[in-house]
Amino acid sequence: MSTDRILAFSLAINEALHQMMESDPSVFLIGQGVKSPWYVGNTAQGLLERFGEARVIDTPVSENAMTGAAVGAALAGMRPVAVHPRMDFMFYAFDPIINEAANWHYMNGGRLPVPVVFWGIINRGGEQAAQHSQALQATFAHVPGLKVVMPSTPYDAKGLMIAAIRDPNPVVFIDERWLYRLEGPVPREIYEVEIGRASVRRAGRDATLVAASYMAFEAAKAAETLSREGIDIELIDLRTIKPLDEETIVASIRKTGRLVIADGGWRSFGVAAEVAAVASEKAFDSLQAPIRRVTLPDCPAPASSSLERVYYPTSADIASAVRQAVQAT
Amino acid sequence: MVRIRLAEESLVDPILRGEIRCPCHLYSGQEAIAAGLGACLNERDYVFGNHRSHGHFLAKGGGMNELIAEIFCRQTGSARGRGGSMHLIDPEVGMLGAAPIVAGTISLALGAALATKIRRERRVTVSFFGDGATGEGVLYESLNFAALKKLPLLFACENNLYATHMPIGECRVASAIHRVAAPFCVESRVVDGNDVLKVYETARWAVGRCRKGQGPVFLEFRTYRFRGHVGPDDNIQGSHTDIRPQSEVRRWLQKDPIKRFERYLTRNGILDARTLHAIRDEAQAEVEAAHAFAQASPLPAPEELTDYVYR
Repeated sequence: MSTDRILAFSLAINEALHQMMESDPSVFLIGQGVKSPWYVGNTAQGLLERFGEARVIDTPVSENAMTGAAVGAALAGMRPVAVHPRMDFMFYAFDPIINEAANWHYMNGGRLPVPVVFWGIINRGGEQAAQHSQALQATFAHVPGLKVVMPSTPYDAKGLMIAAIRDPNPVVFIDERWLYRLEGPVPREIYEVEIGRASVRRAGRDATLVAASYMAFEAAKAAETLSREGIDIELIDLRTIKPLDEETIVASIRKTGRLVIADGGWRSFGVAAEVAAVASEKAFDSLQAPIRRVTLPDCPAPASSSLERVYYPTSADIASAVRQAVQAT
Repeated sequence: MVRIRLAEESLVDPILRGEIRCPCHLYSGQEAIAAGLGACLNERDYVFGNHRSHGHFLAKGGGMNELIAEIFCRQTGSARGRGGSMHLIDPEVGMLGAAPIVAGTISLALGAALATKIRRERRVTVSFFGDGATGEGVLYESLNFAALKKLPLLFACENNLYATHMPIGECRVASAIHRVAAPFCVESRVVDGNDVLKVYETARWAVGRCRKGQGPVFLEFRTYRFRGHVGPDDNIQGSHTDIRPQSEVRRWLQKDPIKRFERYLTRNGILDARTLHAIRDEAQAEVEAAHAFAQASPLPAPEELTDYVYR
């Protein structure tokens, strides 16, 4: 595959949607604001003009029924992508996502697959307060039957969206608005990034740093800083939250003996806690220092920028946690 | 109707003996709705059910063996023993599933109807739900979107006058449920759900409208369940007492849809008593064979616990 073409994260998603809708007539996009860049940035640009209102469906504000409709269409043989421009509103759709989509295949003895993508966008920061900035990856990852992916690069955004659309299971595709302008190499052809496979972004020997989505971006900056201090980080970008790539995480801990996890969700019972549990179950004998978590505090998102500054962890927080892990004996 | 009734009544003793443990919401008394509406559909049409869907499953063409085996949670059941009574499915005949989250399948039916519209098929989707589901907001979201997109969706509300233990008068001020469709500009009718010919006639009109692309229809079927909300009696707090007035139950037993239709058939010289007996005997034999099939079927193997979590 050619990787000389540079594309923004949001346009990589847009290309995935164009190519999947072009190659598979059962793929369609449904959700609030798919006609409006105000909602979904430029991720949906050109789709309506090309594929028409039958397959690019802007909806009333009815998250429960619209998400349920995506699930029902999947049961009837389609491959819908149901977008939630602010994932906070997905709470209205927990019944179709969790009670119905996640359970349907199991509770019906495997009789009918549910090939649907629930695409939720995190809008952290911007003084948007507690109901416009939540990150729900851990909540979805807790549920059997769902897969959860969180790309951090344009390459993965396209490849994971394609893989999610092709997957016969319900996949929650979570991205962050703060990544939309990030540019990187994206092949022009259709390709998949395998769901369930993490990526070692940087090999190192002093500590394992696990992150996903926007926090992987912050973690990469932290790794640069630390490298100038002589601390050699192995950076794992999870890419998929569920199923978690335990093999890659454990192999890295066996090499480095130290683990720091950076996640953009809340601290308790979160993604970082799950990764820490895997480490203690499967690599306990390799750990040379306590595991460190860098997460949001157990606190709703504030509005005021003075509070946001201490609420959202940055590369500095990650670097500091790594230093503690490396210095501990 | 007779197949459904005999299947339902055959479950009473095994439930009371504890041989059937999954929650069974019996359909006895409401058979005319599934049978009359089912007769208007073809195999390509879609149906979504709810917690009380044994009748929907059979009327859509699901197998008696697979039904009874699923209720006994056997590997040979329609959902391989993973679903039980409340999850009945047979995609091959268009029965896309049933689920007990009240109103939870209405939006799924909405989506199936949307799929057929995108594919430009002439299929109709039916969503069966009860009067209790009219308390859930997703019904109104779905009515709005179905009307907006003129989807071939039939909202089939079986109003049996009780949402579990709650009489309808304690759940809503307006008793005429079909009127909820009006603000969404969705055509609606109320039908005597215990008169199979009236059900058939109205459903045929509604299915025809949907199939011609004239938009969704809301039908309210007035009916009554002869058994409890779940199990043979209303099993509130384990007391096994029916909370409904006995006089009310007796009055509705007089309107038994099967007896009414049998009377109609014999009075008009369409079928004689002997033929009716033969129909009943044949159905009874089918039900008994299904019980034997279920009994002879294995339970799911413990080592297969996590099969089917993912495709």
